Amino acid sequence: MTSAMHRPQDGTLLELRDVRTHFSTARGIVRAVDGVSFTLERGKALGIVGESGSGKTILARSIMGLLPKRGTIRQGEVLYAGDDLAKLDLKGMRKFWGQEMSMIFQDPMTSLNPLMKIGNQIGEPLRVHLGMDKENARATALKLLQDVKIPEPEKRLDQYPHELSGGMRQRAMIAIALACGPTLLFADEPTTALDVTVQAQILDLIQEQRRDRNMSVILVTHDLGVVAGHTDEIAVMYAGTLAEKATTAELFANMKHPYTEALLRSIPKLDQPSHTRLMAIGGRPPDLITPPTGCRFAPRCPYATEKCRTEIPVLESISAEHSFACWNPVGSSHWQSKQDELASNAGLASAGGQA
Amino acid sequence: MAGTGKAHLHGEGQALLSVEDLLVEFPVGRTGLKVNAVTGISFDVLPGETLGLVGESGCGKSTTGKAIMQLPRPNGGSIRFEGQELTSLAGEGMRMLRTNIQMIFQDPISSLNPRRKVTNIVMEPLNIWGIGTPEERLKKVNEVLEAVGIDPDRAASSKPYQFSGGQCQRISIARALVLDPKMIICDEPVSALDVSVQAQVLNLLEDLKAKFGLTLVFIAHDLAVVKNISDRVAVMYLGKMCEVARSDDLYARPAHPYTQVLLNSIPVPDPTVKITGNQRVQGEIPSPVMPPSGCRFRTRCPIAQDRCAAEEPELQALGNDQYVACHFPLRSAN
Ligand SMILES: Nc1ncnc2c1ncn2[C@@H]1O[C@H](COP(=O)(O)OP(=O)(O)OP(=O)(O)O)[C@@H](O)[C@H]1O
Ligand SMILES: Nc1ncnc2c1ncn2[C@@H]1O[C@H](COP(=O)(O)OP(=O)(O)O)[C@@H](O)[C@H]1O
Ligand code: SF4
Ligand code: SF4
Ligand SMILES: [Mg+2]
Ligand SMILES: [Mg+2]
Repeated sequence: MTSAMHRPQDGTLLELRDVRTHFSTARGIVRAVDGVSFTLERGKALGIVGESGSGKTILARSIMGLLPKRGTIRQGEVLYAGDDLAKLDLKGMRKFWGQEMSMIFQDPMTSLNPLMKIGNQIGEPLRVHLGMDKENARATALKLLQDVKIPEPEKRLDQYPHELSGGMRQRAMIAIALACGPTLLFADEPTTALDVTVQAQILDLIQEQRRDRNMSVILVTHDLGVVAGHTDEIAVMYAGTLAEKATTAELFANMKHPYTEALLRSIPKLDQPSHTRLMAIGGRPPDLITPPTGCRFAPRCPYATEKCRTEIPVLESISAEHSFACWNPVGSSHWQSKQDELASNAGLASAGGQA
Repeated sequence: MAGTGKAHLHGEGQALLSVEDLLVEFPVGRTGLKVNAVTGISFDVLPGETLGLVGESGCGKSTTGKAIMQLPRPNGGSIRFEGQELTSLAGEGMRMLRTNIQMIFQDPISSLNPRRKVTNIVMEPLNIWGIGTPEERLKKVNEVLEAVGIDPDRAASSKPYQFSGGQCQRISIARALVLDPKMIICDEPVSALDVSVQAQVLNLLEDLKAKFGLTLVFIAHDLAVVKNISDRVAVMYLGKMCEVARSDDLYARPAHPYTQVLLNSIPVPDPTVKITGNQRVQGEIPSPVMPPSGCRFRTRCPIAQDRCAAEEPELQALGNDQYVACHFPLRSAN
């Protein structure tokens, strides 16, 4: 483990090689994460996007080593600054939690201790991991509350979680996660439970802290809108696998995977007139005990062909900054002809509707 | 009482629902203090219209929705549905209200009884009001289940936990439809859902609205969602009304500083759009127990002046069906 003092400022921080996390259950093996590989540079923010149940949380937890003990089957390598975390047990992982990596969860109320004052909750990791004395920990906790811009920070030190608003609780959670100066911060749907206004503030805050501290961030969400303004790179996940990965700018300028396209089309956009019909993705993600053969998105994909149903598309790079796994990507001739067909059907339908 | 004005209300007889000077307060323990949840707001909803209610958490959206249902009866103001005053209803009148107006809630799973079969959950309102024979009830239930895209056979043999969040929201919608209501109040019906399922439910609401001739009040904090489904939008802040306008105008020409910052908070799925922190609303919403004097938004308003603390702004017409309650609106009359 590299000590904080000798931490390099750039280069690869994290590399996943064919990571698989399966759960053995009464119904069968759940293939929650099924062969994910990527790298993350120091100081960069990666968004992991996909619908509920696509394996985002389990992927993040596989990196952090926060998985249930019973029934978990792990494969692949999680290389963090040279160490393979996948090989470590709980005791080995503890050295990484707090100082190297920490996590902000979706629901601050369930992850904060309801019986402990905010100041003590922030101070605890400082005393445990950094060996600070009580006074020092309190002063640092106050500084952290100021960093996360909580209103009236002195007052908050001695308050309990239920005395804070949802947004303030999430700020307190972030202060705890930042306490020991982590190199990698996970944020799993950090704003899904919050108002849009507070959500925007929290995302801005995470971004600002990342820059100030040269942290890497992994931001997990189902909303492409959330990652667009707050990440450098995006990995789109579907049914336990990566559908597409690209730098954020490249993904939005040149998206290739039909699932990414569908996720984007399903979001209501402010610049569309009101009552614009949303392009919902039909159906639901598959059961990960028996995922579809071939491309896992095929049952819901408007461009699926016979080949899609039998042959698994592999993640291939089209440039250093962009890879995807699809036989008929956005812009391909098959995609184009299907688009034309869908458009003319829609035209017929609306003409029929008016008659 | 200093209200926030009524310039925006339509003439008598035009609206299906008219709310005037609505006041809802909650006592704070035994302190003698009160939560000013909704303080003198007025709005109306035309037949067949979808009115969106937006604002930050705690601004009084749900309280307003529930007050229409008389849950609890508001502390003041008037609520008329088809011309009939709801705040003084009793007996048979309450029955009219409870069948004509329905409400659906944010958390689809916990709002359904976990121990009952889905068919029975959807049938319950018919049983309560003693509508139809058992055969007629089942027929109606299956009809609404079909309409929301839930397989009636599966509903007959399954409990809510066996359905996904999006499907549970469809079931709540079916239960709301079963009494043939004229109006449905939707309180954050898609906030707990994934973007893809959210799109399915929004499309479904649009379809059902057309099919059953419904009028909707749609409550949410995400202005992009509200804009998509609403004809008109009312923006609330700390128990007050800030702005009322047609959806497209509210986006194209927001007049209230709060509407503007609310728009700037929405995550845009386009990385080339850069909105910086100072274009967003800062700080926390003040306590509704001791709201700021004058304009309640003044403590967070980027353009507040002395007058804003002294004098409460009233809703004024900007023309084109747009109304704003601000001393220094971002744009003048049309
Ligand atoms: N039963 C109650 N007792 C006391 N205060 C209440 C009660 N119900 C609501 N309030 C308060 O009234 C105000 C308005 O609440 P309301 O639930 O209407 O907000 P909202 O706009 O729906 O917010 P959200 O977006 O969080 O759902 C809040 O300050 C809330 O805490
Ligand atoms: N402990 C577990 N045992 C069995 N299945 C699990 C367990 N944890 C998660 N899963 C399953 O793994 C899949 C991926 O879950 P998750 O990573 O939480 O999805 P996401 O975060 O993308 O919504 C889901 O199908 C989920 O039900
Ligand atoms: S491989 Fe085929 S089914 Fe899969 S996303 Fe591409 S076109 Fe669709
Ligand atoms: S009245 Fe004053 S404080 Fe209120 S919104 Fe207008 S400018 Fe801002
Ligand atoms: Mg998750
Ligand atoms: Mg509410």
